[in-house]
Amino acid sequence: MHSFGNKVGQALKQARQQIQQLLGAEHESEIIFTSCGTESDNTAILSALKSQPDRKEIITTAVEHPAILTFCEHLEKEGYIVHKLVVDKQGRLDLEEYQDLLDKKVAIVSVMWANNETGTLFPVEQMAEMAHKAGVLFHTDAVQAVGKIAIDLKNTKIDMLSVSGHKLHAPKGVGMLYLRRNTRFRPLLRGGHQERGRRAGTENTASIIGLGKAAELAMQHITFENTTVKTLRDRLEQGILAAVPNCFVTGDPDNRLPNTSNIAFEYIEGEAILLLLNKAGIAASSGSACTSGSLEPSHVMKAMKIPYTAAHGTIRFSLSRYNTEAEIDRVIEAIPPIITQLRKLSPYWSDKGAEQFTPTYA
Amino acid sequence: MWDYSEKVKEHFFNPKNAGAVADANAIGEVGSITCGDALRLTLKVDPQTEIITEAGFQTFGCGSAIASSSALTEMVKGKTLDEALKITNQDIADFLEGLPPEKMHCSVMGREALHAAVANFRGEEWSNDHEEGALVCKCFGIDAVLIENTVRENNLRTLNDVTNYTKAGGGCTSCHESIEEILTKVLTEKGEVFEHEATPSTIPTQKPYTMTNIQRMRRVETVLESIRPQLQRDRGDIELVDIEGNKVYVNLIGACAGCQLEFQTLSGIQQRLIEELGEFIKVIPAKLREQVATA
Repeated sequence: MHSFGNKVGQALKQARQQIQQLLGAEHESEIIFTSCGTESDNTAILSALKSQPDRKEIITTAVEHPAILTFCEHLEKEGYIVHKLVVDKQGRLDLEEYQDLLDKKVAIVSVMWANNETGTLFPVEQMAEMAHKAGVLFHTDAVQAVGKIAIDLKNTKIDMLSVSGHKLHAPKGVGMLYLRRNTRFRPLLRGGHQERGRRAGTENTASIIGLGKAAELAMQHITFENTTVKTLRDRLEQGILAAVPNCFVTGDPDNRLPNTSNIAFEYIEGEAILLLLNKAGIAASSGSACTSGSLEPSHVMKAMKIPYTAAHGTIRFSLSRYNTEAEIDRVIEAIPPIITQLRKLSPYWSDKGAEQFTPTYA
Repeated sequence: MWDYSEKVKEHFFNPKNAGAVADANAIGEVGSITCGDALRLTLKVDPQTEIITEAGFQTFGCGSAIASSSALTEMVKGKTLDEALKITNQDIADFLEGLPPEKMHCSVMGREALHAAVANFRGEEWSNDHEEGALVCKCFGIDAVLIENTVRENNLRTLNDVTNYTKAGGGCTSCHESIEEILTKVLTEKGEVFEHEATPSTIPTQKPYTMTNIQRMRRVETVLESIRPQLQRDRGDIELVDIEGNKVYVNLIGACAGCQLEFQTLSGIQQRLIEELGEFIKVIPAKLREQVATA
């Protein structure tokens, strides 16, 4: 114990309070700092399984982030039963299907608050109530949602919630798990007393303090995100849809994050679009197979039954409070010639528009 | 973002021969449903000489798919059909100064389109036996279907077996868990159990001290012989030049020679020899022999 360390300890305490406020958590001790969103997700699920060894089932969705899905697929190999809720063409869940699955065999429900590709919001507060009534733990991966929409955990039945720092402008490599008081818990990392023994290992203090500050700033800008940023997003989307034929917004446009727009450009491929956007100084991301190195298009697009010729051409535009109207207008201007250029190369497209093309598939 | 070569970027940003050839008489249309690439190759072939006079492509696909198509059209122009058919996907990748391993299938699609177009010109039926599963080994571009089939056909039992037969797992090692899962699956189907320390299925091991010089040389030869089929599958080969103490001198031939992965290939072979002979072996390209001698 020494006075230098004490200063850092105070700063960590402040960071904990800052994120507590952003989440509307009742107690600051409900905040556990981790290394990333993935660690938070894995910890939540594993804890639920270890603390209730007689429950062998997990409910999640088909469109979760790999931090949940890949881990669940691994657990399946170990004998656990994983139910993946399906989504409709707008990426929405069927709550009746969910209700039917809730019973005493289920250790935990893990459903993302907002989808990372489309921004579609899931009714997690309602789903947590349903789980609570059935006596089942509820976790939400809120990595995309925190800092973009208002959250007040003390007035929900959510037991656990994952946050990733860099999604709200904190440094990369820091995350957080919210753990409601009195929730049975088994740590992933065991060792020292850090984070009250719930996450042993030296704290990444600089990044945690950064996360605290980012949480404070995000809190101040929640209204701004849902007014100004949303308006910019809508301007971008309408500009593109008006200028480019054969493209559409994926997900549920009426019920999504204010900063996300995912547009499918038919008959061309996403990585090719990104390469040309990058050349124009525009950074976006794609659900195309080729950007990730896997051969399949995004599991989110497949779950929504978006045809392959469109799923491979999906581009996600993520805005932040640092974007300007001038930037948005520059993107609206840059997109149409890029799409035209690539469609000229596409066998699915001719001067007259979409063309019938049925290659021999290998 | 991918680390594409300058040549790939050049052919993506400014593709050559984009669009369909108007009066084409050889058309190949192929695609891969899983990775969502599709290509229409249109050629104009002189019926007398069978020389390709014009070539055009239309491609739905990523940067390297478009670049591979552009490269292909440049490569086939002026060639006869028979000459063009000799072009391998490795040739297309080489023309582009290399493709990332995950993108090698783009060059495969180019070659398939060419074969389909030639079949179309000659009035033949083109069918494809090319299978594509989920990519397991990213270092060598080996997919799950190939690994599973190889395990089944050769009764492979260990991770090392799989690496020796397919190269999968011989690079960064991050796919070892997936390979062991495939082994577990196939062995379970046969009513057997996967043990990660099982004796390798090929070439019974002997203790080195029981071997005479000639036995030891034969053993090196046997090991190399067992590796050759997988090199030949990649259109390469290996030749044993000499054995001098613990130094084994070899020549890599064909696609293996000068291949970007030459070093990994050699160290894989070296590892295999070390295991099989139970002593330290250094595999050295014969072309470097003089340097080694003078060093």
